[in-house]
Formats: sequence, structure tokens, C-alpha cells
Amino acid sequence: MQRIGVFVCHCGSNIAATVDVKKVVELVRMEPGVVWAEDYPYMCSEAGQSRIAEAIRTQKLTGVVVCSCSPRMHEATFRKCAERSGLNPYMVEIANIREHCSWIHKNTEEATEKAVILARAAIAKVNLNTPLQAGESRVTKRALVIGGGIAGIQTALDIADAGYEVDIVEKTPSIGGRMSQLDKTFPTLDCSACILTPKMVEASANEKITLYTYSEVEKVSGFVGDFTVDIRKKARSVDMSKCTGCGVCQEKCPSRKTPNEFNRGLNTRSAIYTPFAQAIPNVPVIDREHCIKFQTGKCGVCAKVCQAGAIDYEQKDEIITRKYGAIVVATGFDMIKLDKYGEYAYEQSPDVITSLELERIMNAAGPTKGHLERMSDHRPPKNIVFIQCVGSRCADERGKSYCSKICCMYTAKHAMLIRDKYPDVNVTVFYIDVRTPGKNFDEFYRRAVEEYHVNYIKGQVGKVTPQPDGTLLVHGVDLLDNHQVKIEADMVVLAAAIEPNPDVRKIATMLTASIDTNNFLTEAHPKLRPVESPTAGIFLSGVCQGPKDIPETVSQAGAAAVKVIGLLAKDKLLTNPCTAKADVLACNGCSACANVCPYGAISYEDQEVRAPGVREIRRVAVVNSALCQGCGACTVACPSGAMDLQGFSNRQMIAEVDAICR
Amino acid sequence: MKYSYYPGCTLKNKAKDLDTCARASAQALGVELEELSDWQCCGGVYPLGSDEIATKLSSVRALAQAKEKGQALVTLCSACHHVIKRVNDDMKHVEDVRDKANRYLQLPEPYAGETQVLHFLEVLRDQVGFDTIREKVVKPFTGVKIGAYYGCLLLRPGKIMAFDDPENPKLMEDFIRAIGGEPVLYPYRNECCGGYSSLKEKELAGSMSKTILRNAEGFGAQMLITACPLCQYNLNQAPVDLPVHYFTELLAEALGVKEEVQGH
Repeated sequence: MQRIGVFVCHCGSNIAATVDVKKVVELVRMEPGVVWAEDYPYMCSEAGQSRIAEAIRTQKLTGVVVCSCSPRMHEATFRKCAERSGLNPYMVEIANIREHCSWIHKNTEEATEKAVILARAAIAKVNLNTPLQAGESRVTKRALVIGGGIAGIQTALDIADAGYEVDIVEKTPSIGGRMSQLDKTFPTLDCSACILTPKMVEASANEKITLYTYSEVEKVSGFVGDFTVDIRKKARSVDMSKCTGCGVCQEKCPSRKTPNEFNRGLNTRSAIYTPFAQAIPNVPVIDREHCIKFQTGKCGVCAKVCQAGAIDYEQKDEIITRKYGAIVVATGFDMIKLDKYGEYAYEQSPDVITSLELERIMNAAGPTKGHLERMSDHRPPKNIVFIQCVGSRCADERGKSYCSKICCMYTAKHAMLIRDKYPDVNVTVFYIDVRTPGKNFDEFYRRAVEEYHVNYIKGQVGKVTPQPDGTLLVHGVDLLDNHQVKIEADMVVLAAAIEPNPDVRKIATMLTASIDTNNFLTEAHPKLRPVESPTAGIFLSGVCQGPKDIPETVSQAGAAAVKVIGLLAKDKLLTNPCTAKADVLACNGCSACANVCPYGAISYEDQEVRAPGVREIRRVAVVNSALCQGCGACTVACPSGAMDLQGFSNRQMIAEVDAICR
Repeated sequence: MKYSYYPGCTLKNKAKDLDTCARASAQALGVELEELSDWQCCGGVYPLGSDEIATKLSSVRALAQAKEKGQALVTLCSACHHVIKRVNDDMKHVEDVRDKANRYLQLPEPYAGETQVLHFLEVLRDQVGFDTIREKVVKPFTGVKIGAYYGCLLLRPGKIMAFDDPENPKLMEDFIRAIGGEPVLYPYRNECCGGYSSLKEKELAGSMSKTILRNAEGFGAQMLITACPLCQYNLNQAPVDLPVHYFTELLAEALGVKEEVQGH
């Protein structure tokens, strides 16, 4: 029989205002196995913890139930407290009477009854708990960063700086990401390329960093400290060791009609290409889908003009398998597709563009060499209308419910830059709210209004109608003045919402990292663990976790790197002992468990099974406890009930249910 | 293909062509439109008063009759379609409306939104198919630039009407292609014509209709087609010389059955 102590926390008024904690103490005293029960205003405080420690010693407790907040918050706290007092930490259970009870109920009587029931379930479980010992696993001292934008680059540089090896896997032919597409950056208006390219060069020159560009993560197995990852290095069709980056192949390539992704499709590129002049590595790739040689077999111009003999049409995809201790997701974002926003005429008029397209138009290396012009007739615009929140803060399912966070600032930047360079151009901005909470941000926006006389109108645009003469009539509303406005524009710029890179779903599935309804990766705790995924060993950097601007992305990238460094600095990790175990007597080797195991932790071996009346060699399931994550899928799948999860055994679960239903 | 058919009042007087041409075309396409017996006026606008039941009852009667026959209910007039489809949605999803309407009507079997409501254009697209129409066309509108005028009632609210993309529809453009014409895309094709405001504020409705017609004309349209008698009325009042026809008139003409209709 266990000797169980129950500790009921008030959590200030969080629990005590709704749950009668004294009554809970009184009632749980009568539960089987309970020898001690008390309440305290803050059980997690030092004083509260010492009460638990004291009771463990004086009452010779063999099990502890803490009735408090979610185990996600303080299970570790109380387990450590028990361990310090000589009790096995797995003899501690939490009854969540805050999130699951006091916070969601109003009626004290009912909430108290529920708190007692939750406590009773935890007590019933502890009665069946057995001490468990954590194992140890090794740490591979190498990190993987998925995504080579500013987030990935900064994380990799910081990890490398601490002396650890780090690989960056980037899907496109060059690192640089979205930031490389930008012209100027707010609020200082320094040139994006000027601050980004040194970092790109640094990443490529750093001997601790290996770049896998034009590559994708294909398979991930293992667990924190010991991941095994397959990286598909797509065939570049160019030998990286021979190419000098002279660019002649791109000049001579006769296939020139492929939409240029880097310029957001505003112009075209050759089939053999580097995305932009400062690309790293400065080695082109052949886009086989648009290459004449690959499509028809005839051509081969690039191979003929290449002095270095670097063109290799026979090159094949290569799979590289490597081990990593930690993985950082830095997959970034894209703008939403605008096909559901027919009212803005984006698909009807080439003069309705997105803000990212405007970045390319304003950029000296862009399709218009930095001249502001309409894409339809290449004439300079005279009246530009910016529409903010296109798909952001959206009430219906067409767009995103969230604020994309960066648009107010970059729109102010665009408006200001245009008014500065072309003072005779009229600039109007439609907005819902102007949100500029950042260092020097509001000052920046006010400059756009006060110094540059950008016409800000609070209100939304209902429709953009292309006119037969090529102008665009913008129908909007001025909410401060309460009247409809019509503006004759010749260019309309849409601040489209940003969304996580669509590939992130696939990657999150491979990593078993959770994502939210908007496809942003979920952090382990929204406030206290913002750069870690709930999946151990997976870290988050940049917009894949939520909308953010460059300074915030860089901060988060550094924070993720610190977490990775902290992990890689350890030689051994303690493993979770709550793993599955097969009862060989009941196992018939059917493979049902192995078929559902997401971690490949179950294998089979022939074992001699001995029991009264049984003595035979049988094929039975064996769990590799280093790989098992304790998800419990196998215990459900097992038809003979042979699989059990230590710490969450079927008996314990049933005892909890029985206690609740009593 | 046999459907219950709800013509509505306007199609019996002002908008006869919309009705007769549709019937003749339907026959040519092998679609049977069986007019409901004793149908009543739909009320013209979707009764917005949330506690208003009486104005919804005629729609429910029509819907229940179609249900009894086990047929989908086909409409032609945009306004009727709008009202009946929205009332049907209420009967399906709004418990209060459903209970009150059923209690009032005392139907042999309570009605709960089971009938499928189709606009004749949807029948052409989904049941007949534009490819079939193309094959049956004998007098195609080759080279004629035609602008589709959707108006608002067919498209919005998009979730309930579920007719086409409310901001960038293409059903009527596909229809124009099927009868051999050349669709003209112009941005005001889903904007309001002024609707009933033409009764009270003639100038406002006039300016709205004028904007639509001028814009369509500017993009090269030689005529507009519509499914709505009120839209046609408003557009025809505006001082722009651009003919506005019912889509069924063009369909009947393309199928070579228009003379038959006018012979009646």
C-alpha cells in the first residue's frame, strides 16, 4: 500500500476563488492510500515546495499528488522537488484543477466537486505507480537548420560561432530568402542586400557551416540528440566544383521564357540560372522542366559555351544521410495567393501588384532597374493607391484572422520612398489601423504622413475597377469622414497577408512538430519557451513561428541558436522512462504495434517464453526504449493487450476512469 | 431531366421573354420544366426582418411542393432565385424560422430545406453542360462581343447562393462562349444596378446603371445579357445606347427556337 500525500494549491485566487480548497483537502483525506493532505497559497513557491519535501520525509510518503495547474506548467518542478527529498520523481502526479477546473467553471460547488474527482483520479493512479529510472542517450554535436533565409543564416552563424558544426538545407538554388528580394528595410532605410550579403558570405565561408542549397529534407528519424536526416540534393546539372560562376551559360541560354520567381514573375529568366547576382553559391542550376536540352534532346548551348566544362546533364539527385543533435526550422513565409480577392482586380490588371512585387520594381537589380513604372505600358505612375490588410485581420475564411505585422511599416516605407524620389506622384494609403509598435517605428510612420504628405485614409477598399483607358478606379470608404471615396489611380499596391511557407506542413509532419490552424509552428510555451517546439530537439526561427519583421527574426534566430548550443553542450541526455514494453507472455508477434509506431521503435525477435505449462520459442515484440517516445499508439493497437506504457499502464488508466466514475 | 419550375410574377407580364425563351430552349435541350401549381409571389426581396415569417411562406410552399414531387426547383428571375434559395437555407439552418413556418403551414410533412434550388443557368452548366449546348447551337453568335451582367442577387451572399465566385464569376462568360459569342470581361459586371432605389431615388439608380453600361461599352461590349428583370429595367432606363437582353433570349436564338416562341 502506498503512503500518499495530497497537496492542494490555491494559486493565489486562480484556484481558491472558484474551488473550495479546504473542502478538497478534507475529502481527499478519506481516499485509499492517502496519509497526508494539506493546502497552501502557492505550492510552486519555495515555501510550498519545502512543505512537500517536509511531508515526504516526516510522513514517509511513497507517492505525491499535487492539485494545481497544468502538468505542462509545473510537473517538472514538483518532480524535482520530490527527487531532492529522496522520492522517485515518477511517483508524483498532477491533478490539473486550474485549467481543467477553476478557470473554466463559475459555480463553486460544482467546481469543488470536480476538483475532488480529478484529485481522486490522480490518487488512484499513484496507488499503482512504480518508480521509473530515466535512461541516457548520446548527443550528436551537429545541428541542422532547415531554410536559408535571414532566420536560418543567423541561427547557423550563432551556432557555428559557439564551435559546433551546422548544416543549412535550402530548397532554392541560393541562400538569402525573402530578405534578398527586398529593396530597403525599415525604419532606417538601409539597403537590404547591403546588410544581408555579408552574412550570406560569412555563412558560406565559415568552416563550421555546410550549405546544402537546391536541397530538401526528405526523411527524419530518431529523437532529440540523435536525429538521422535524409537530405535530397537535387541535381543542379552543373558541377559545383568546376563552375567559376562566369555567367556566360545564362547569357547564351536560348530558353528565356520562364517566369522569374525571384522577381515574382514580373519578368522572365533563362532555363539555366542563378536567382540573383549575389547568389550564394554563385553556381547556376538548370531548370529541367524549361530546358530545351532536357525537353527535346536538342540544344546543349550551355555545355558548349562553358569554358570550365561544368555542365553535367547526367547529374542525378543525391541523398545525403547525416546525424544531428538538434534541428531548427526556419522555413519562412510567402504572400498569400490573391485568387480569392477578385474585387482588387489583381488577376485582371498588371498594374495591380503586391508589395513584394513593388520591392522588386523599386530594386535597382529588379525587372525595371529600379524605375517606378506600370507593368502594363512602362509609363511612370502618377497616382498610386496602397491597400493594406489584404487578407490580414480577415473576418471570413478567404483570408487570415491574424495581423501580418510587417505591412504597416513596409507600406509607410514604400509610400515615403516614392514621395521622396518622385515628389509629383500622389500616394494614398487605405488602412484599418496603423500599427507601428516598434523602436522608432511610429516616428517613421509619422514622417510619411507629416513630412512626405502621404494621404492616409482610414477605411477599406471595396473594389478596384480597371477602366477602358487603362486607369484603375478605386472605390473605398473614408470612415473618419463617413463618405465614399473614388480615386483614379494608375497603380494599386496590395499589402497581401503573409503565411507560412506551404512546405512547412510536410516538414512539421516529418519532425512530428505541431502546427496551428494557420500553419505556423507551435512553440512549447507561448511566453516562456517561444523558440522551442513541444517536440524535444526541434527549435523555431523566424516567421515559421509567427509573423515578424527582420529585427525580431534575427533576435529569435539568435535565441534558437542559444537553445541549440545549450543542447549540444551536453554529452548525455536523460531519456523519458515512460516507454512501451511488451509482455512476452501475451504477445503473439502479430506486428500490429510495429505498423502503427511512428518512431520505428518496435522490432521482433525470437525469444524463449516460459510460464507454467508454456515453454516455447516465439516471435515477440521488442521496444527500443531509446527510440520510443511514449505516445502509446502501440498499446491501443495491440489486440492481446501485451503492450503497455510504463507510467501510463492500462491498469493505471482504468483505475483513473474508475475513480472518476465512482 | 425533369424539374419543378417557379416562374414568378414578373415573368408572367413584364419579362415574358425571359420565361418563354427559357421554356423553348429547355425543350430543345431535353429539359422538362414543370410549372408548380398555385405558386405565389416570392415577395420580391428577401424578407430581412428576422422575425418576419409571413413573407417567407410562399417560398416554403413552393419548396415543399417540389419536395413532394421529388424534384429540384428551378428558377429564372434573379430576385425569385435569391429569395427562395435564402428561405430554403433558413429552413435548413434556422430552427426558429423552421418551427414557425411549419407550425403555420401545417404541411402533411414538415419541411426542413430538403429541396435543391437551382437557377436555370446552373441547370445549363451542371445538368445539361455547356459542351452539349455548343453542339446544339445552330445560329451561333460568332464574333458578337457580349458582356455578362450578373448583378448582385445571384452571387451574394456567396456562401448561401453558392452560384459562382462572387468577386470573379465566370458562369455567364462560359455560357456566352457556349452560344458562340465572345465574352467581354468588365469590372462592373457584379455591381448593383440600383435595384428598387429606382422607385425612390431615380438619379442614384440611374448613375449606377450608367456606370455599368459605360464601363461595359468601354471594354467593347456590343450587348449585355442578364437574368434579372429589375436589372434589365434599370439598365434600359439609363441614357446609354447598349442593348440589354435576357440570356434566355440569346439561348433560344442560338438554338434556333426563338421564332417559334415569338410565333405564339
